[in-house]
Amino acid sequence: MTATQERPTAEIGKDRRRKEDQRLITGRTRWTDNLTLPGMLHLAMVRSPFAHAEITSIDVSAAKDAPNVVDVLTGADFGEELGVCINAWPITPDQVTPVHSPMPADRVAFAGEIVAVVIARSQAEARDAAELVDVEYDELPAALDLRAAVEDGAPLAHPDLGTNKSALWVFDSKEAGTGGDVEEAIAKARTDGVVIEREFRQQRLIPAFMEPRSVVVDPTGEQLTMWSATQIPHILRFALAATTGVPESKIRVIAPDVGGGFGGKLQAAPEEWITWAVGRRLGKPVKYTETRSESLMSAHHGRDQWQKLTLSADKDGTVTGFKVDLLADLGAYVAIVGGGVPVLGAFMFNAIYKFPTYRFSCQTVLTNKTWTDAYRGAGRPEATFAIERMMDELAAELGRDPLEVREQNWIKHEEFPFTTVAGLEYDSGNYEAATAKAREMFGYDELRAEQKRRRESGDRVQLGIGVSTFTEMCGLAPSRVLGSLDYGAGGWEHASVRMLATGKVEVITGASAHGQGHETAFSQIVADRLGVAFEDVEVLHGDTQVAAKGLDTYGSRSLVVGGEALVRAADKVVEKAKPVAAHMLEASVDDIEFSSGRFSVRGTDQGVAIGEIATAVFTAHDLPDGMEPSLDSDATYDPVNFNYPHGTHLCAMEVDTETGGVKMRKYACVDDIGTVINPLIVSGQVHGGLVQGIAQALWEEAVYDDSGTLVSGSFVDYLLPTAADTISFDVDHTSTPATTNSLGTKGVGEAGTIASTPAVVNAVVDAVRHLGVADVQMPCTPERVWKAINGAAGAGAAPTEGAAMPHFDDGVPNQAPGATGEGDTL
Amino acid sequence: MIPAQFDYLAPTSVEEAVAALGEHGDDAKILAGGQSLLPVLRMRLNAPEVVIDLGRIESLRGVREEGDVLVIGAMTQHSVVASDPLVEEHALLIHKAVQHLADAQIRHRGTFGGALAHADPAGDMGAPALALGAEFVIAGPGGTRTVAADDFFVDLFETAIGEDEILTEIRVPKHTGWGAHYEKFVRVAHQWPIVAVAAAVRTSGGTIEEARVGLTNMGSTPLRARGVEAALAGQPATDEAVREAASGAAEGTNPPSDLNGDADYRRHLAGVLTRRAVLAAAGA
Repeated sequence: MTATQERPTAEIGKDRRRKEDQRLITGRTRWTDNLTLPGMLHLAMVRSPFAHAEITSIDVSAAKDAPNVVDVLTGADFGEELGVCINAWPITPDQVTPVHSPMPADRVAFAGEIVAVVIARSQAEARDAAELVDVEYDELPAALDLRAAVEDGAPLAHPDLGTNKSALWVFDSKEAGTGGDVEEAIAKARTDGVVIEREFRQQRLIPAFMEPRSVVVDPTGEQLTMWSATQIPHILRFALAATTGVPESKIRVIAPDVGGGFGGKLQAAPEEWITWAVGRRLGKPVKYTETRSESLMSAHHGRDQWQKLTLSADKDGTVTGFKVDLLADLGAYVAIVGGGVPVLGAFMFNAIYKFPTYRFSCQTVLTNKTWTDAYRGAGRPEATFAIERMMDELAAELGRDPLEVREQNWIKHEEFPFTTVAGLEYDSGNYEAATAKAREMFGYDELRAEQKRRRESGDRVQLGIGVSTFTEMCGLAPSRVLGSLDYGAGGWEHASVRMLATGKVEVITGASAHGQGHETAFSQIVADRLGVAFEDVEVLHGDTQVAAKGLDTYGSRSLVVGGEALVRAADKVVEKAKPVAAHMLEASVDDIEFSSGRFSVRGTDQGVAIGEIATAVFTAHDLPDGMEPSLDSDATYDPVNFNYPHGTHLCAMEVDTETGGVKMRKYACVDDIGTVINPLIVSGQVHGGLVQGIAQALWEEAVYDDSGTLVSGSFVDYLLPTAADTISFDVDHTSTPATTNSLGTKGVGEAGTIASTPAVVNAVVDAVRHLGVADVQMPCTPERVWKAINGAAGAGAAPTEGAAMPHFDDGVPNQAPGATGEGDTL
Repeated sequence: MIPAQFDYLAPTSVEEAVAALGEHGDDAKILAGGQSLLPVLRMRLNAPEVVIDLGRIESLRGVREEGDVLVIGAMTQHSVVASDPLVEEHALLIHKAVQHLADAQIRHRGTFGGALAHADPAGDMGAPALALGAEFVIAGPGGTRTVAADDFFVDLFETAIGEDEILTEIRVPKHTGWGAHYEKFVRVAHQWPIVAVAAAVRTSGGTIEEARVGLTNMGSTPLRARGVEAALAGQPATDEAVREAASGAAEGTNPPSDLNGDADYRRHLAGVLTRRAVLAAAGA
C-alpha cells in the first residue's frame, strides 16, 4: 500500500541512553515528597529511644497545643483500623511471629519504633510539636546479640512469646532425594580426606537508598489513593486491603518516580500504615517523609547472620559435602519477606559445583533491633560468600590454585541442563569460558608472580588475589515453587501493549521501576518486537489504576519475567494485526508475513506498516467481518524456572602490613547474563552492584551499642563509599543465552553485589595468609586486618566498638568558657 | 530534616557581630561555613534562638602577609586556603592538609576559622595550626586579644574563645622552605581521619635541623608531639633514625576508641604515620 518505510535497526544490544534520566537526575519529576495536594497535612513521628520498654504513659497535651497542630494520635487512639504489618512468608508452619502493630500502644521492641504521630499544617510545625510529646517508658532487658539471644535465659525480644527462636528451616539432600548424606561424607573426610570448618559473620547492613521513604494518602475521592516511594505498589494495595478492611477495589496505590530501593522499599512499613490510618481518620490528604536519620534507624536492614560451615573433600580436592548452619537475625519483627531471605539463599550454597551431599539449616531469631529483610541479593550474597570463601580455604589447605580447585568441582558446560544437590535445574552456563576470559583480563599469572615477589622480599605492602565464581537464582519466581515454600503470593508478571491511533505504542508493565531503567530497556524490546521506533514507545508503570496487574520489582525479575510477559503481549498484537493486514492487502492470512514492523504478502512487494493497521483498527471503518476493533493485548507470564546468571570475578588487594590498610589494585569480572538488551544499563548495574558488594567487604556495618542504640545512625559512621574510594573495574561478558525465556536474558540487578564481596575478602586474606591469617571478619577494617596480622586475641574478628566519633557538639553554649588550658599534653 | 525555629542575624562588621553576641549570649550560635553547625541544627542536637552568620563580614576573608607572619582570615574558605600561593609558599603544611579535608563541597563552604573554632579533635586543621605555632586573634567587647596555639585548644569542642568573643584571624609564622606532609589515615576518602599526623621539617644536607609534629584525633584536642620533635632534631632523614624518633609519638596521648579502631590501634598508627609524615616532609 505505501512505500516501504525505513526499517529500524535492531534496538536490542544498543547502548541507548536512558529515557528517564533527565527527569530523574534533575529532580523535575514526581518524587512522592514533591507532591502537594489541596489542604494537605503533614505528619511527624515520635519514636522510641529505647530498644525494649513498656510504654507507661504518653502525654500529648503540650504537642496538641502547639501552633497549627491538628491532632496527636497514639497507638491507643486507633483500633483495628490501623491494621498490622504483614509477614507474607511464614517459612515453617510453626514459625513464631510476633504481632506487628504499626504503632504499638503498650510496648516498644526496637529503638526507632513509632509511639505517636503528630499531624500539623506544615512539616516544620509537626516536627516542632513532636518534640513536645512526653512519653514515659519502663525499660525492659533487651535481646541484642544474635548468638546470645538463642541461649537459655537470654532476655526475650517479646516476653509473651517465651522464646527468641522464630523458625528453623532445614533442607537435607538425603531427605529430599537430591543427594547423599552429608554427615557420612564429613565423617569419611575426617578419616581420609579434608574437612574445612569456619564460622563467618554477615554483618548487618543498611540499604541506604538515595530517596528517603515518603508517603502521601488522599482519602478524598471514591478510591483512597496512596502515593509511596515503594518498590511494590501492587503488593502494598493487596496488603492494605487485607489488613485494614478497605476493599481492594477502593484502593489505588501509586509508586511515582522512586529513587532507589535495593530491597529496602520492598516492605509493608509502619509509616505507610500510620499515614493511611491518619488520612482515613481525618478525611484529609496527609504526607509523611522520613529524615535520613529515621531512615537509617527504622527502614529495614539487611543480612545479619552467623554462618557455621563444614566442607568435606577428598584429598584430591573433590568436594564431597557441604553443611551449613545459619543463625539469622530478624530484628524485632518478622518483616514482609523476613525469614524468607535466608531461605532464598538455601538453594545457592552449592553454587556452581557438583556437590554430592548438602545440608542447610537456618534458625531465625528475634532481637530488639531494627527488623531485617531483603537487601540487594537477599540470601544469595550470603550463600555465595560462604561457599566462595570456603573454596579458597580448601585450596589453601591443599596448597593448590583456587581456580583449579573450583574447576575440578564445577559443572562443565556440556553438562547443562544440570540438576543440583539443592534440587534446582540450571538451564545453561559456561563457567570455563567466563573464567578463561576473566583470567586473561585480570592478568592472573602476572599478579601471582608479583605476589610471590612481594612475599619473598617481605614487602611492607603485600598483594592478595581473591576469586569468586558465582551463580545466582533470579527472576523471582515460578509460582509453584513459591507455593511449595509457603510464600503468600505468586511470581508471575503482567504486561499490556496498547496500539494508539497515531501509531504510538503504550506499554504497561506490572514491574515497578525505581531506578533500573525499565522505560528504556522495555522500549528497546517492544521497538524490535513490533518494528516501531524506540521513541514511539511509552512505558507506563507503578500505578495500580494504570498497571492493574503486577507483582513489582525485586529479585532481578523485571526483565526475565516482566520482559517475557511483554514479549508475549507484543506477539499477540502481531497475531491480531495479521487478519487486518490480510484484509487490507486482499490476501489470505496464511500468506501474511511480519518483519521489522511491516506485514507483507509472501512473495510480493505488497505490504502495510503496523502503524497503519493501528489507525485502521482505530477508525474501524473497514475491518474483517466480526473482528473486535482492537489490537491491544495482555499477557501474564509465570516463569517455569529461575534464571541463573553466573560469572567469574577476580580481585587484587594490597594490604599495608604496618597499618592494616587495604587498597584495591585491580578488579576484573566476566558475567554471563545471556542476551544483553542495553549494555549501558548493564554496565551501570554491574558497577553499582560491585561497589555495593565491595562496601560490605570493606566499609559498611550497622553497629549497635550495648543499650540497643544504632551507633552508625548517620553517614558519618555508616560508611558508604564514593567514587573516590573505588577504582575502574574491568567489566566484560560472555553470553550463554537462558533457555527459559524468549529473549535469552538473565537477571543482572544483583549479580555484582552477590559476586564481589567474597572476591574482596578472599583477596585480603590471601595477601596475609602467609602471615598466619585465615580469616578477617567483615567489614575488613584496617584495625581488624592489623590485629589479624599481629595475632591479637580474636584476630580479625573482634566485634566493632559500639561507639561513634563525636563530631557534632551538642553542648549549648556557643563557645567554650574562656579558661585557658593545656594546648598539648606532651 | 528541618531545624527548630531561630532568628537569623547577618552582621557586616566584626563590631556588629560582637555586639549581637553580647546581646544574645549563650542563646546564640555563630555560623561560619555551616559544615558542622547545620547538621547539628538539622538533627536538632542543638536549638539556638539566634544564629549569627559571619558570612557578610568581608574583612574576615582572605590571606595576606605581615612580615614574618601569614594572616588567614577566619572566614576564608578551605578551598581558598587550598589554592592560595602564599599559603603554599609559607605554610606548606596547611596547604597539604587542607587538600584532603572532607570533600570538595565541604571545602568550598567550610572555613579555616570555623573548623578551628569548632575544635573537633578529628578536624584536619588543628594539628597543622598547632604544629606551626599559629596565633589566634579573638575579638570581644573589650577589643581583640591574641592567644597562642598551645593555649587555644582546651578540650573536646572547647577553645579559648569566650562566650562573647569571635575568632577573627589566624596568624601563622612563616615556615618558608620547610618541607611538610599531612599523613591522614581514613577508611573512605570523605571521612574524618582515624588518626592523622602533620609534620613540617627544616632539613639541611640530609639532616633534620628542626621538626614540628602535630597529631590529629589522638586525644580530646589536637596535640603537639614535642618528644618526637626533640628526638628528630639533628638526626639524619633516614628511615632508621626517623623510625626511632617516631616510635614515641603516642606517648602521653589519650586517643578515643570507636567503631573505626580502639585506642591501642590508634597509638600504633600514630607511630607509623609520624614516621611516614616526617620522611615525606623531609623528602626522604
